[in-house]
Amino acid sequence: MKIATRSLEILGAWMLALIWVLPLLYAVWTAFHAPAYATHFDLTAPLTLQNFVNAWEAAPFARYFLNTTILVSLILVVQFVLCTPAAFAFARMHFPGRDVVFGLVLLQLMIMPDVLLVGNYRTMAQLGLVDSILAIALPYLGSAFGIFLLRQIFRGVPQELDDAARLEGSSLLGRLWRVYVPLARPTYIAYGLVSISYHWNNFLWPLVITNSVSTRPLTVGLAVFASTDQGIDWSIITASTLMTSAPLLVAFLLFQRQFVQSFMRAGIR
Amino acid sequence: MLKRETWQAWALILPAVILLVAFTHWPAITTVLDSLYTTPKGSRPPRFVGLENYAALWDDPVFWTALRNNAVYAFATIPASVILALLMALAVNTALPGRPLVRMAYFTPTMLPMIAVANIWLFFFTPDYGLFDRILAVFGGGRHNWLGDAATALPSMIAVAVWKEAGFFMIFYLAALQAMPPDLQEASNLEGASRVYFFRRVTLPLLMPTTLFVLVNAVINAFRLVDHVVVMTHGGPNNATTLLLYYIYEMGFRFWDTSMAATLTVVLLALLGTLAWLQFGVLGKRVHYR
Repeated sequence: MKIATRSLEILGAWMLALIWVLPLLYAVWTAFHAPAYATHFDLTAPLTLQNFVNAWEAAPFARYFLNTTILVSLILVVQFVLCTPAAFAFARMHFPGRDVVFGLVLLQLMIMPDVLLVGNYRTMAQLGLVDSILAIALPYLGSAFGIFLLRQIFRGVPQELDDAARLEGSSLLGRLWRVYVPLARPTYIAYGLVSISYHWNNFLWPLVITNSVSTRPLTVGLAVFASTDQGIDWSIITASTLMTSAPLLVAFLLFQRQFVQSFMRAGIR
Repeated sequence: MLKRETWQAWALILPAVILLVAFTHWPAITTVLDSLYTTPKGSRPPRFVGLENYAALWDDPVFWTALRNNAVYAFATIPASVILALLMALAVNTALPGRPLVRMAYFTPTMLPMIAVANIWLFFFTPDYGLFDRILAVFGGGRHNWLGDAATALPSMIAVAVWKEAGFFMIFYLAALQAMPPDLQEASNLEGASRVYFFRRVTLPLLMPTTLFVLVNAVINAFRLVDHVVVMTHGGPNNATTLLLYYIYEMGFRFWDTSMAATLTVVLLALLGTLAWLQFGVLGKRVHYR
């Protein structure tokens, strides 16, 4: 009886896993076979990379890759540089207005920039930044999530370490750089991975704020390509879809453990 | 005279706080103000109309459709993805043959951009030769236009969202399960407690903080993520898949009626605010933090 239930549970877990990878397997099948085999399953069908070649030539994907890379790195670097001192001040310093300002910061966890398309578009228009990579990045640079995450970890740094560095004559920024930042390294990696995957995949705001090849990130480029240029050539669409997701997917498969641990670390408060 | 620590602290937080306020609080305020004016058209400047935009919204049947769709979408995706996530975590937390493979299968959709997911599922739902119709054909089912039929379009969107999110939430449950002290299980085994009893009285209560965290994220995503609607259905057929944020996007950037888009945004902000208050105020009190 007990063995029977257990086998049933294992079967269920495997069935669910199968259902979960099926869409992806289907896409991989279509992308690596000639269009004739897109809906026709034959294990002996010849493999081909032609769909990827066609997709790469049909749209400026190289430029889209460059745009996304610039966007993601810009956001990551500025988020680190801005959130670190803010998180430190909120964690370890006493000043009037601290709790009120921190409350205002946390508000962003619930009301994210993604929802404020209309207001932010107006600001970008006033700044003359519409259709620029900077405009895609700007709303996400001051990140409540980053400040919150780093503040939590900075609060856990033993006060004695801070005091010792102070006695040795370290300045405020010196202590932040030499004591706090090194101890928070795993959190930086976790936050970095979350930030990279979020902005690599972000779509609606970039769709609204960009309208040219030189600024569009991959996601928007893919949507434009799949909706207008291709009609229903599924082989090319799935190939381009896999191509745009590949860097993150490959990175995930290589660093699975770190990714999973990072997401866990980012989520646990 | 300001204390040294005070101005130092403000210097540290100011760059981040200015950017944060400029692109979160400021647009929220201008959105509320915009909702009280007409949309400027050509040389005609915006005119103050008080609550007229809200009255217009009240009379707009598409708004009510979007609200109802979003409610159905939220009430379906949130419980389905959270319960599936918990089941996945419980499955992967045991000595399962092929455990790394199963865990990877559950988690992989999380790493894909929603836009890529939408493309893949678009192919899935294609009438006749999409995978869904082919599977149904084996069981004698006929051709079905999944995304073109108002009855199945929204459920299709829900399926895509659950598929994308469950694996992400699983990670948090898995982390919580692995942090649980094993002696609890041993003690319960000694007492001869059944597995169901142990799960209901020990595991589930200990998972409450995780559940709250996952719920908050699931609620936000139910209102924030409309990429798949943009790509797969454009809100159609006949607004059957129009969600609130999609309607804001359509109103603001396809019809360029910024005042109505602002009015809709205020409604969405009010909704998110209320939900946040409910979750932290009411549910938060019932969660036992260690």
